Amino acid sequence: MPIKIVNDTPIWQRREPLQQRLIWFGYFLALMLFLLCWKIISDNTIWEFLSDAHIQAASLIGRMIPPDWSITGSLLLPLWDTLNIATVGTALGVLIAFPLAFLAARNTSPHPSLRAFALAIIVSSRSINALIWAILLVTIVGPGLLAGMIAIALRSIGFVGKLLYEAIEEIHPTPVEAVSSTGAGRMQVLAYSVLPQIMPAFAGITVYRWDINIRESTVLGLVGAGGIGLQMNAAINNLAWGQVATVFVLIFATVIFSEWVSAKVRHAVI
Amino acid sequence: MLKLKGLTKRYATGDLALNNIDLEVPSGQVLALIGPSGAGKSTLIRCVNRLVEPTSGTIELDSKDISNARGGRLRQARRQIGMIFQNYALVERLSVMENVLSGRLAYVGFWRSYFRKFPESDIKQAFELLERVGLETMLDKRGDALSGGQKQRVGIARALMQNPKLLLVDEPTASLDPKTSRQIMRLICELCQEQNLATIINIHDVALAQQFVHRVVGLRAGEIVYDGAPDGLSPEILTTIYGEEDWSVDKRDDEEETSKPKEQDVEAALLGGHP
Repeated sequence: MPIKIVNDTPIWQRREPLQQRLIWFGYFLALMLFLLCWKIISDNTIWEFLSDAHIQAASLIGRMIPPDWSITGSLLLPLWDTLNIATVGTALGVLIAFPLAFLAARNTSPHPSLRAFALAIIVSSRSINALIWAILLVTIVGPGLLAGMIAIALRSIGFVGKLLYEAIEEIHPTPVEAVSSTGAGRMQVLAYSVLPQIMPAFAGITVYRWDINIRESTVLGLVGAGGIGLQMNAAINNLAWGQVATVFVLIFATVIFSEWVSAKVRHAVI
Repeated sequence: MLKLKGLTKRYATGDLALNNIDLEVPSGQVLALIGPSGAGKSTLIRCVNRLVEPTSGTIELDSKDISNARGGRLRQARRQIGMIFQNYALVERLSVMENVLSGRLAYVGFWRSYFRKFPESDIKQAFELLERVGLETMLDKRGDALSGGQKQRVGIARALMQNPKLLLVDEPTASLDPKTSRQIMRLICELCQEQNLATIINIHDVALAQQFVHRVVGLRAGEIVYDGAPDGLSPEILTTIYGEEDWSVDKRDDEEETSKPKEQDVEAALLGGHP
């Protein structure tokens, strides 16, 4: 914090002048980079396609309306499958992520090597998209619901594990001290001082992931891992846009439903 | 009851928090530990139940050395040492009853405690203690629904549920208003007398300490510089403990306090709060 005295009046500025100029220069470089990227993207775009984009969009939407309700009956079972993939997948993922989070959190981990092991699992699970997991699993366990469930579970481990171990690291340490000082055992300390503090976060994270998983599992059918995605893919391939619209509406209704459940659960736990 | 010999704590940063402390506290004695911030008061009581690992020296509880105890033996020792915290350290999302029963954790197995199946005798004791601290109507409330004074009463009940022989109290009144501070101090001191506990209370409020305790130990820069009766705290001694300061204002307040009726007490305690 540079302070100059001019005519007996102290002048205060947040930064040294040189430091300030460097910061402005940094902003300038970032702006240049942005403009450069803009130019490269623009050069590689075929603008002729864009000239009639609004007509194409209007035509596509026109073909989607009205939705073809006649296939609704045949979509209900795949939709149920999709919900099951999301729910069972989330449950499996949470089951594995829960103990992993305690191993990964700095304040509850029994040993640094176990912490490294848990973090490695969490990172590798997070670095692969559910769709990629599904492609791998379809070749391993064959097409169907099971591949979808495992794919969702594998992706959820990282997400739930990471957010949960961060929640564990953010708890108040004094209740932990207090329960330890009664002479309670290690597991008792976790159950009485850590668990109550992370319960709201745990419930919130779980339903949030379940919510995401419902959306993710709607596309797993594209690679043969079960659910409504298969029907959507077939409809798109047949250019049956009315049927595609029906699938969209059903997915939309399902997501609204999951949103409602999430809100209820969060409200109940906090 | 408690005997510290050559207790020394040097933190990893190199700070010497405690320098060769020798201290003995018999059963039934309430001892106030006073001293400026950073003198090592908190470190001292945390070394006793090993929330902080001492660098050297021994801690004897009932003539048993617990300074190197680990695992089960350490838990066995901690079970006999109750602790009360400045910020209450309740588990806020658990009920009053659960918080109090957590004082019995070292006496029951994991699954019993997890499913809240505490023995009947524990439940009975919890009811008695909650009645003793005046919270018998609150036992179903959640920790975060209580006021500061009520939380501290729960903290006291939790510590006493352990049936401790020694009570460590860390700044019990620092977050409380003057009237509640007195009530809490009175309650702690009465309970220690009733159960014949050795007690160490860290406290900033010298006037409050003088009113309730049997013995005062002054700590400065990790060393004991005063050990004696509460009345013996002359301005000279306060200067050795806390450093140079005009203590006379404090003294005049104390005199007023004894001659004036009760409302004045609160004000005097406020003024004498941080000498």
